[in-house]
Amino acid sequence: MSDVLLHVSNLTAELGNGERPLRVCDGIDFSIRRGETLALLGESGCGKSMTALTLMRLLPLSGRIVGGSVQLDDSELLSLPEREMRGVRGGRMAMIFQEPQTSLNPVLKVGDQIAEAVRLHKPASNAQGASPPLLKRRLFSGEAEVAERVVELLRAVGIPDPARRAGEFPHQLSGGMKQRVMIAMALAGDPELLIADEPTTALDVTIQAQVLQLLKGLQAQTGMAVLLITHDLGVVAETADRLAVMYAGQIVEQASVDAFFAAPAHPYSRKLMESVPSASKRRGELAVIPGRVPPLDQPFTGCRFADRCSQVMPACREAPIAWFQPNLEQSVRCLLWAEGPARLQRASAAVGVVESSASSLRLETATAPRSATGLESEAEALDAARLDAASALSRSAAAPEGHALLATDGLEVHFPIQRGLFRSTVGHLKAVDGVDLRLQAGQTLALVGESGCGKTTVGKAILRLEPPTGGTVRYNGVDLAAIRAGQMRRYRKDLQIIFQDPFASMNPRMLVGDIVGEGLQSLGLEKGRAARRRRVAMLLEQVGIGEQAMERYPHEFSGGQRQRICIARALAVDPKLIVCDEPTSALDVSVQAQILNLLKRLQDELGLSYLFITHDISVVAYLAHEVAVMYLGRIVEQGTAAEVLDAPRHPYTQALLSAVPMMDKAERRQIIRLEGDMPSPAAPPTGCHFHPRCPQAIADCALAYPQPVQLSKTQSARCLRIEV
Amino acid sequence: MPVILITDALIFLLIAVAIAFGLYAARHEHLRGPWRQVGRSPVGVAALVVIVFYVGIGLLDSLHFHPLIEPMAPADLTDQRTDQRTDQQAPTYSTQVISVLDRWLSGLRERQEKTFSAPFAIQLFVKEAIEQPDGSLIRGYPRLEYGGAHLADPAQRDLDILLRGLFGMVKGLIAWTAVMTILIALRAWHRQQSFNDSASRIWRGETKTPWRTVLITLALMLVLSFVAAELAAKYHILGTDKVGEDVFYQSLKSIRTGLVIGTLTTLVMLPAAVILGIMAGYFGGRTDDVIQYLYTTLSSIPGVLLIAAAILMLQVYMTNHADQFQSLVERADLRLLFLCIILGVTSWTGLCRLLRGESLKLREADYVQAARSLGVRHSTAIARHILPNVLHIVMITVVLDFSGLVLAEAVLSYVNIGVDPTMNSWGNMINSARLELARDPMVWWSLAAAFVFMFTLVLAANLLADVVRDAFDPRLRGAS
Repeated sequence: MSDVLLHVSNLTAELGNGERPLRVCDGIDFSIRRGETLALLGESGCGKSMTALTLMRLLPLSGRIVGGSVQLDDSELLSLPEREMRGVRGGRMAMIFQEPQTSLNPVLKVGDQIAEAVRLHKPASNAQGASPPLLKRRLFSGEAEVAERVVELLRAVGIPDPARRAGEFPHQLSGGMKQRVMIAMALAGDPELLIADEPTTALDVTIQAQVLQLLKGLQAQTGMAVLLITHDLGVVAETADRLAVMYAGQIVEQASVDAFFAAPAHPYSRKLMESVPSASKRRGELAVIPGRVPPLDQPFTGCRFADRCSQVMPACREAPIAWFQPNLEQSVRCLLWAEGPARLQRASAAVGVVESSASSLRLETATAPRSATGLESEAEALDAARLDAASALSRSAAAPEGHALLATDGLEVHFPIQRGLFRSTVGHLKAVDGVDLRLQAGQTLALVGESGCGKTTVGKAILRLEPPTGGTVRYNGVDLAAIRAGQMRRYRKDLQIIFQDPFASMNPRMLVGDIVGEGLQSLGLEKGRAARRRRVAMLLEQVGIGEQAMERYPHEFSGGQRQRICIARALAVDPKLIVCDEPTSALDVSVQAQILNLLKRLQDELGLSYLFITHDISVVAYLAHEVAVMYLGRIVEQGTAAEVLDAPRHPYTQALLSAVPMMDKAERRQIIRLEGDMPSPAAPPTGCHFHPRCPQAIADCALAYPQPVQLSKTQSARCLRIEV
Repeated sequence: MPVILITDALIFLLIAVAIAFGLYAARHEHLRGPWRQVGRSPVGVAALVVIVFYVGIGLLDSLHFHPLIEPMAPADLTDQRTDQRTDQQAPTYSTQVISVLDRWLSGLRERQEKTFSAPFAIQLFVKEAIEQPDGSLIRGYPRLEYGGAHLADPAQRDLDILLRGLFGMVKGLIAWTAVMTILIALRAWHRQQSFNDSASRIWRGETKTPWRTVLITLALMLVLSFVAAELAAKYHILGTDKVGEDVFYQSLKSIRTGLVIGTLTTLVMLPAAVILGIMAGYFGGRTDDVIQYLYTTLSSIPGVLLIAAAILMLQVYMTNHADQFQSLVERADLRLLFLCIILGVTSWTGLCRLLRGESLKLREADYVQAARSLGVRHSTAIARHILPNVLHIVMITVVLDFSGLVLAEAVLSYVNIGVDPTMNSWGNMINSARLELARDPMVWWSLAAAFVFMFTLVLAANLLADVVRDAFDPRLRGAS
């Protein structure tokens, strides 16, 4: 028996019929050894998930496998009859999906759903761990045995009190718990290969850390191989052994994780890594990849990345690119490596040049005659050109002293919980429960926390989109929480918001020009239609979209472009403060870099203040001047970005930061594993909200909520265990 | 002298609304796109052609007037305008109200037989005592007064029908060729192609809009109408009813009733459903409670009961105030309108509920939040953000409801709480067929005629509704 478990060669699949089918994977080759984790990395739209579905032969109805072979051990999966393939799915190969919420049937108990998988896939003998014959399965003799196995599986995935949980419905479980149940179902058939399609993308970092750790542990126990599909470089670095980078339906680089992170070979991989924000990149702007992933319905001749590549050569466009091996552990589809290490030297030298004179090179790419990429690449050029002036300004703006533009004091948003026939209020959901924030003019305050901690509600309460139920929101000395709704209109101009999902934040029925001009019209800032159009054109130019966008509908733009339009809409009324509610979390990392660059540039040019709501620590490190960490409706720690991120004092902050997957091994911390999930804000724990999960909790923690401890002039935390 | 009945006025209003909406939709891609998709579906356009025929007849039947009473020979009656000019004395008008369609079908309307006769019959359906030329009486089937009266020899009937049918078909084909030529020429001119090129593209099915389907459906409808017209001039092609009235004429007259019920009801209920539904969803809280209670209460009253009560009340009112109504037609019209209103009252809750749910969701949408943070007023936010985004639901509901309402009219008339018994409607035809079916031998043609006419309209409407829903449903749109 060979070491290789799954061998995929030249796998090609198409979606859709007609003249231009989408070639979602095109000549995919890779293999996975037993017990190994292979990560499939790439931006959205590159065909990662489709590759996984093709392996399982689960393509959507319009899809079909055109050629290639998939060998699991000795059996060729593509030629198996559907009957036998059903046995392989969930049996020898199992899959878990991104959205645990939608992968479980909400009307069946989780135990029953796992039991179904157990009954289907229990092999006759699992004595030697050898792969059993495909068709020889037997049903369990008794239900008791099945139930036992279900509990065993739930225990294996680390669900506390598994016997009780088996009798619960999916909605009674938290997101992390559901993902564990999904894993338990996948494990029911003792798979040799587990395909995990973005298993943690929908989860918070602390939960993500739990799930990844669980996967690693299970892998060590059972010796199964894992194909991990992800877009997160940090996750890859922490969990995978080898990785394959996918771009536009093709694998462009394969390498061991160590070799890859030491020196990514393909220009795409390199750019991808450079565009990840971090504290060390604070000074400058992030690298961006101009343009976007090309649509897959066209025939490609040369390198698919050529149009976006900064080192493109004429030869790149001429013929399909062969594989080259820069070293033993790495192979890459890039002509830069055609001449072996000699070329390599030159190439890396070239990279250096590129980095130092980023703007000139980007201008070159901007002139590439592709209209689709034109818009974005011009934007890059603009961003780059204004960088120098910008960074100078940012240093001056970073002076800590100054009057607070916005200060919240004991801000509360409580939602009444109503029950019964007469809707009597039986309690309050304390989404925000006494939040004190101070934001200086021209600065960025990052509000960090996991989903459900109330950070979005804080943003909305400041804008009075959710009415605050207590506390004050002082904007330039005026308490916005106390004034009447009519008077609030006067301050609408100064306070703006950018939302997370660029697809949902624009009315699909309106032209971009009308969307951006909406505020101008409603607040009466520009009366005439012509004047308004001029202003909108200027704004669109400012965010790098160009005025020709005015006559188009939002759906014609990509996610990054839409987010730029949303920024233009917020800028239209000339605000002083913008609440950015996770503006980049729905975007790919290279697009995220563009948006972050833009936000930074605008701050420097216009002196904007940002309240930046996010769960992404790397973005915080890159962008924020100050950080406030929120847990269950309250701020547990705040201070300057350097203080909080480098020397966190509150146990929650420490755990949160330790859970963030890091690309660089040196930066990794020992993961502080948090037990369980965040409690419901309807019934917060007594005393310190964090104490039930806190690794350092003492008895006193349950008594009263700790008062803030001033650690330095700027840093404070609310924890009993901190000694000053 | 033209007469505008209330329903006529509302129909014109509806047409105005439809045209305005069409102009609005033409300028908005999100509305134009789905309609274009409807226009590209063969089923959709075929259904549209059929519906256009029905609507055409319905509209002709909605232009009412008092006819001139002619002292002169009835031959001059056809050309009213010249009459008016030549006649110096003040024209006198009949109190009768008739429509353009009635005028057009006056032959059918006036050729009344004594009683039942089967389709294409030349003799009555019931035996009567016939006085022979020699004075003796025999019981037999007398010849009809009009149907087939031109035939000297009854045995020639089949041949005559065949010849007239063929003649009608030829006429229909000629008309069709004319229409087709104009259509192709227009398209060729529009596209700057040669005529032949355009024609061959259409016939090879290479056009985006399935013109071939349009033309084939059109051929079918035109040939059918011309054959029917040719035959109806000499025969009762769908027989006659108890009082000898032509069933074909009744069926054609019923079209307007069906269309009015199907469309005006929607027009009546739409403002309430849209405004209340959006308000309930958008404002929430107390507003939502009030509106919800309102429609929950309304929808828990049995619909038929409410309709029966309303119609009975109206009838009492009309008998007590008989002097307010100048003619039977006006009374019947008021009752029809009332039926529309009361059907609207009972049917708006479904749409209202749908819209409330959708606005509840949209209220939390980021773009509505963004609008609020930009200081947009509630009324503007509703008009600009909510309404356009629920319009597809309205559209789907309107088209889907149409066929249901046409059928509802039939059911209500059947239980005698529908339109006025003097008004032609498919429901009334079916209602009277109840007794006719009990006869032996059975009188089946009234029922069959009502069935065929109603079935064609409802089928076309349902097919169109399916296509419209597919085009507007965002989930289905994403899949295609």
